[in-house]
Amino acid sequence: MAQKNRLQSGGRVDRTKPVSFTYNGKKYQGFAGDTLASALLANGVDLVGRSFKYSRPRGIVAAGAEEPNAIMQIGATEATQVPNVRATQQELFDGLVAGSTNGWPNVETDLMGLVGKVGGKMMPPGFYYKTFMFPQSMWETYEQFIRKAAGLGRSPKEYDPDIYDNINQHCDVMIVGAGPAGLAAALVAARGGARVIIADEQNEFGGSLLSSKETIDGKAGSAWVSEVVKELATYKDVQMLPRSTVNGYHDHNFLTIHQRCTDHIADRAPNGQVRQRMHRVRAKWVVLATGAHERPLVFGNNDVPGCMVASAVSTYINRYGVLPGNELVLMTSNDNAYRTALDWHDAGRKVVAIVDSRRNPSGDLVSAARDRGINIIAGSGVIDVHGSKRVQEVSVASLSEDGSRVTGSVQKLRADTVASSGGWSPVVHLSCHTGSRPVWKDDVIGFVPGATVQQQLIAGAISGDFTTEGALSQGIKAAQEALSKLGKSAPEMAVPKTDKVVQGKPMALFHIPHSKPTSQAPKQFVDYQNDVTAAGIELACREGFESIEHVKRYTAMGFGTDQGKLGNINGMAIAAKFLNQSIPETGTTIFRPNYTPITFGAIAGRNCGELFDPKRYTAMHKWHVEHGAKFEDVGQWKRPWYFPKPGESMHEALNRECVATRESVGILDASTLGKIDIQGKDAREFLGRVYSNAWAKLPVGKCRYGLMLKEDGMVFDDGVTSCLGDNHFLMTTTTGGAAGVLNWLELYHQTEWPELEVYFTSVTDHWATMTISGPNSRKLLEELTDADVSKENFGFMDWKPMEVAGVPARVFRISFTGELSFEINVQANYGLHVWEKLFEHGAKYNLTPYGTETMHILRAEKGFIIAGQDTDGSVHPYDLGMGWAVSMNKPFSFIGKRGMGREDCVRKDRKQLVGIKTIDPNVVLPEGAQGVFDPSAPIPMPMVGHITSSYWSANLGRSIAMGFVKGGLDKMGEKVYYPLADGRVVEAEICSPIFLDPKGERQNV
Amino acid sequence: MQRYSGFGLLKHSLSHHENWQRVWRNPTPKKKYDVIIVGGGGHGLATAYYLAKEFGVTNVAVIEKGYLGGGNTARNTTIVRSNYLWDEAAHLYEHAMKLWEGLSQDLNYNVMFSQRGVLNLGHTLQDMRDIQRRVNANRLNGIDGEVLDAKQVSEIVPILDCSENARFPVMGASWQPRAGVARHDAVAWGFARGADMHGVDLIQQTEVVDFIIEDGTVVGVKTDRYGEIKADRVGCVVAGHSGVMAAKAGFQLPLESHPLQALVSEPIKPILDTVVMSNHVHGYASQSDKGDLVIGAGIDSYTGYGQRGSYPTIEHTVQAIVEMFPIFSRVRMNRQWGGIVDTCPDACPIISETPVKNLFFNCGWGTGGFKATPGSGNVFAASLAKGEMHELAKPFSMFRFHNGALIDEHGAAGVAH
Amino acid sequence: MFHIYCPHCSEYREEEEFHYHGQAHIARPLDPDSCTDEEWGNYMFFRKNPKGIHHELWDHAAGCRKFFNVTRNTVTYEIKEVYKIGEQPKVVADAVPSK
Repeated sequence: MAQKNRLQSGGRVDRTKPVSFTYNGKKYQGFAGDTLASALLANGVDLVGRSFKYSRPRGIVAAGAEEPNAIMQIGATEATQVPNVRATQQELFDGLVAGSTNGWPNVETDLMGLVGKVGGKMMPPGFYYKTFMFPQSMWETYEQFIRKAAGLGRSPKEYDPDIYDNINQHCDVMIVGAGPAGLAAALVAARGGARVIIADEQNEFGGSLLSSKETIDGKAGSAWVSEVVKELATYKDVQMLPRSTVNGYHDHNFLTIHQRCTDHIADRAPNGQVRQRMHRVRAKWVVLATGAHERPLVFGNNDVPGCMVASAVSTYINRYGVLPGNELVLMTSNDNAYRTALDWHDAGRKVVAIVDSRRNPSGDLVSAARDRGINIIAGSGVIDVHGSKRVQEVSVASLSEDGSRVTGSVQKLRADTVASSGGWSPVVHLSCHTGSRPVWKDDVIGFVPGATVQQQLIAGAISGDFTTEGALSQGIKAAQEALSKLGKSAPEMAVPKTDKVVQGKPMALFHIPHSKPTSQAPKQFVDYQNDVTAAGIELACREGFESIEHVKRYTAMGFGTDQGKLGNINGMAIAAKFLNQSIPETGTTIFRPNYTPITFGAIAGRNCGELFDPKRYTAMHKWHVEHGAKFEDVGQWKRPWYFPKPGESMHEALNRECVATRESVGILDASTLGKIDIQGKDAREFLGRVYSNAWAKLPVGKCRYGLMLKEDGMVFDDGVTSCLGDNHFLMTTTTGGAAGVLNWLELYHQTEWPELEVYFTSVTDHWATMTISGPNSRKLLEELTDADVSKENFGFMDWKPMEVAGVPARVFRISFTGELSFEINVQANYGLHVWEKLFEHGAKYNLTPYGTETMHILRAEKGFIIAGQDTDGSVHPYDLGMGWAVSMNKPFSFIGKRGMGREDCVRKDRKQLVGIKTIDPNVVLPEGAQGVFDPSAPIPMPMVGHITSSYWSANLGRSIAMGFVKGGLDKMGEKVYYPLADGRVVEAEICSPIFLDPKGERQNV
Repeated sequence: MQRYSGFGLLKHSLSHHENWQRVWRNPTPKKKYDVIIVGGGGHGLATAYYLAKEFGVTNVAVIEKGYLGGGNTARNTTIVRSNYLWDEAAHLYEHAMKLWEGLSQDLNYNVMFSQRGVLNLGHTLQDMRDIQRRVNANRLNGIDGEVLDAKQVSEIVPILDCSENARFPVMGASWQPRAGVARHDAVAWGFARGADMHGVDLIQQTEVVDFIIEDGTVVGVKTDRYGEIKADRVGCVVAGHSGVMAAKAGFQLPLESHPLQALVSEPIKPILDTVVMSNHVHGYASQSDKGDLVIGAGIDSYTGYGQRGSYPTIEHTVQAIVEMFPIFSRVRMNRQWGGIVDTCPDACPIISETPVKNLFFNCGWGTGGFKATPGSGNVFAASLAKGEMHELAKPFSMFRFHNGALIDEHGAAGVAH
Repeated sequence: MFHIYCPHCSEYREEEEFHYHGQAHIARPLDPDSCTDEEWGNYMFFRKNPKGIHHELWDHAAGCRKFFNVTRNTVTYEIKEVYKIGEQPKVVADAVPSK
């Protein structure tokens, strides 16, 4: 396929390396060095999309990040689809598959365009707020159609086969942008010995120098770029990142860089390489050398394919060797854009006219155009463009001196390309990310970065100086300033010599008027992607949306994927003019991350799938897996939930585990319980302050259960703490609460009671904990230890150091099942060994492993609570019927004591935790069922409390439950009803939560 | 006043849309009002609207330091639901839900309330217990809700990873079919237009710099642009700035203002047609009518008035989204932003009398105020009209933080929404 | 993301290593039992929440686990100083106007 718009020579593409690609199902060829956009233009493809509201045909407008129209669906396979890629930023590679995103049935013959033409008049901004209201029930149907029409590309439907990385970096100077300013800054910073990162979104460094004919030090700009890049490569502390967009600038000089590592090579990263990488950079100083975007002018039908930003036309000619048309009309308000006409002319095609809104353009570039015999129509504007899928003609008329009115008659010119320039807008985006507001400057005709608290410097066009000389000298100066702020000596560097071009004064013109009022003129587009027109902005203002934020939101201006890079300033100017105020009075434009869109996968990096959150395993995990355990997620831990035998249902497994434990002996891996080693002469005093019960007299060798409360009196954790020595305790916490409890202890120690001598160490992972429970547990333990574990010498709530299975252990005679129970703690490395030894000896006792579910059942049979399941942060110990765990006469007012005494906490009818027995013993209430006293009451039905724990108890042969009931502790034997979602109402009786062995004889044998 | 309709659009298109009237006036304030509302966000505007429309109090001004609806109303992720756990919260949010249903018609302004349902996912056994508890409570409170298992969830949202391989597999969800999303700006504008129609003065770009308090009673406000404006009653509805305003009135609130961030993807074709929220994985997403995936990030731990938070918060959110919806890995994030949310220790709002007589505060909505907008405005209007708190507002007194009658909704509201 | 100087480690570290604990210098009443409900509620819940200079408590959770105080501007997010528990801030609200 011929590249009909490709020049024979020139540009940075490699004509010896043809690259084939597919666009909308058709094969094309470009060259290495092309972007998808330049290759499409080379092939004479005018149409790249349809606008989303009016479905108008759209062509390529720009050459970089600001492109609003050429939004592509990329991807050769389902799994590698990427929506909304700007063709201007996608490098061409062999086999690239691209398609336009809107248009039905396709972009060339689009039926929606008809709807756009016919219905467009009825779709001013905000039309959807004014209609689709009747009947009420129809909105969701209307919505279906709106949703279908909206959206650009589509999400892949398969999982991403690629991987992504995050990397943390630190540097002295972070330079954003590798145009002349950034490169000069990098050179000085590098020579000054600084640690430098310089990043640029493009595939090669050089910025504007890659697409202009300017010279530096007498050489082509691109030659100067090569020399600088070569020198920078010699510094080991300089990191150069092409294809890397600095997308966010956060507080305290933290920046993120989105690097595209393989998107220029293939759809899918080859050989398991990382597709994209996010650099998380902490920079001591930042130099923003982000350049400027050229503003198109707003005029009638300025969206017809062939209408482009002037500098983009130059870029396609000079950088890509592509002339995107035959006959050019240049519409400008400034000298600089004359370069485009010169480039076009010098490439050998016809410049029909330069239409200049100024009355008397003068300057070197104007003279150069005149010298070439180019027709300059001064004091005029392009007021309309004719053609549908390509520009065919333009209407030009003379304008009043201020450009506000059409004054003369209209002449028509034949042309297929309209390049326009309304001047340049500094790329201030990053400087705004941390809340700094940009400042309007009349002489710049644009916003420049405002005051900031960041360590930020700016250089080049971002400052409003759009000359190459300015870029170079500011780059040098910025780096020197950064170096001196860093305490480094700054090397001198002469500003390289640049072409001297005298330019005339630009005119502040944004919107070219039409002979008709804006509301009746042909559509004059401000924001192409969102189909926002000048008339639309005026309408918004007319309706009272006067703040620029209102205008933007009402019209959707700037809310596209280009975030208004081309249109926002024009839109503000139009609003300002309509409201008869200045642009700064109308408002500033606030930019937020991202500068350009960033792949979700890149932000997530490796923190997904397996690595989304760390998994914690106990020392015996392998054994559990081998023995068929089902696991439960508890915090980050994987805990065995139950151990089904082959063919066994969960219900059967639990029954078996429960019965075996109560009849003989069961074993639980309790390693995940939090363990905090507490030492210091004031450890005991400290415990007394953070637990609700008394600790003053707990002797060495004894254990005690405690409730931990917040200052409001509400239970937040519980556990057993053992006295290891006079000044030494071991605290256990719930599995999920371990980190929070440690932090809580540190908080109070460090901020409230620093005078107490006490130290806390988390030892959760140091120990493997296995609890053997059941009448045969003592016999089993005796087989593995020489220590005396008899009732007489190792009583309930005692602990002892001893050897178990040949390794040192701490054994605690505590019980969460109500059975005779020993909790064996050994160094985690010995855990599996001891566990296996227990099973070696336990076989004859039918030693049965059980998981969290059986643990829950067994403790519920005893009425023991689980903090977090039977508590929810709104219950105090008395609500739980656990007043026995509160010592109101401790001398120190422990945490939670005062909170419990507040008016609402001493109400009689608070919800209290009680046992719940269903009248039908076979019915197991669902946990979370809500109780009522009167099940026939109308909705909303007064609720009295919910079921917190509920199980089938194989040992009792019936269901058991615990739950809250209003005033429940005084309602023993009374009825409570549970209306369920399935329509059943379960009748139950309030009872003691201790269903088994109320006197506690089984654990005390 | 002009009514909006499809016919009106057609009519105005014939005159090139040149004759549309202003949506609201731009009045100069009077010397004195019956009620001044400080803060022209959704809640403040709704308050003014209902004051005028339902309670006949039309001598009302809303004073806004910026532009109408420019705060959290313009920055939230637009989720509307009422499936709260505790009776007090459930009744308040359900009151709002009932007003949402029919709000477009009531306001003659399409707020695009789309009842596409909300799923709250459960990933652990405790999540599922909490879901059961909440849904059972909802049903007995007359609020729609169902508990779904993983398979049912997967049928509603096939693109959600409901497999066993997930780090935290989906075990089930609560499902509120009547819940959904609305167009946030339209809510503010619709209420503003409605209030203006009933004679309320909307005073923009005017900051209330102080309250005028005499003998412990508020009698007006001082503004930067118009000096003193008197009022019989003042309602302060300024979200993140409530603490600052309370300080001016001489008291503190049990509030902290935190940054809350949100983000959107680029617009893509419809792929997610309900709202999916996960407390455990800390992510939630819906898709706007424009095609953006609208994703709420977590709240930043520190206090901040900068309308921006920290990047790791965004990262964690995006990780969660990729974890929940692996197919979105290659979709791209377009934009992020932040709001300032005033959070209460019990994750429930304050709609309350204050230590200053005739000064009322409506604040503390934290991360979830948008969904309550009409209900909040309605009960606050009733309270301001009568000088006595509405029944549904009574439990939300600021003094509950003294007597201990908190309404702890952290379980139901743990994730920002 | 904040860059916070830990006065115990004597190093700048990333915000991700720290936990925030709200307003600093809120002393637990010495005799809670004699507090009224109002006083106790104020201690637990009521906060200054200023726009501007804020003294706040942080801990170096993933580092030395020590608590310390930070003076920070809640609008610009600038950290003006860090100081140890028991010390008093040098930068106070009146000295630096809030924006």
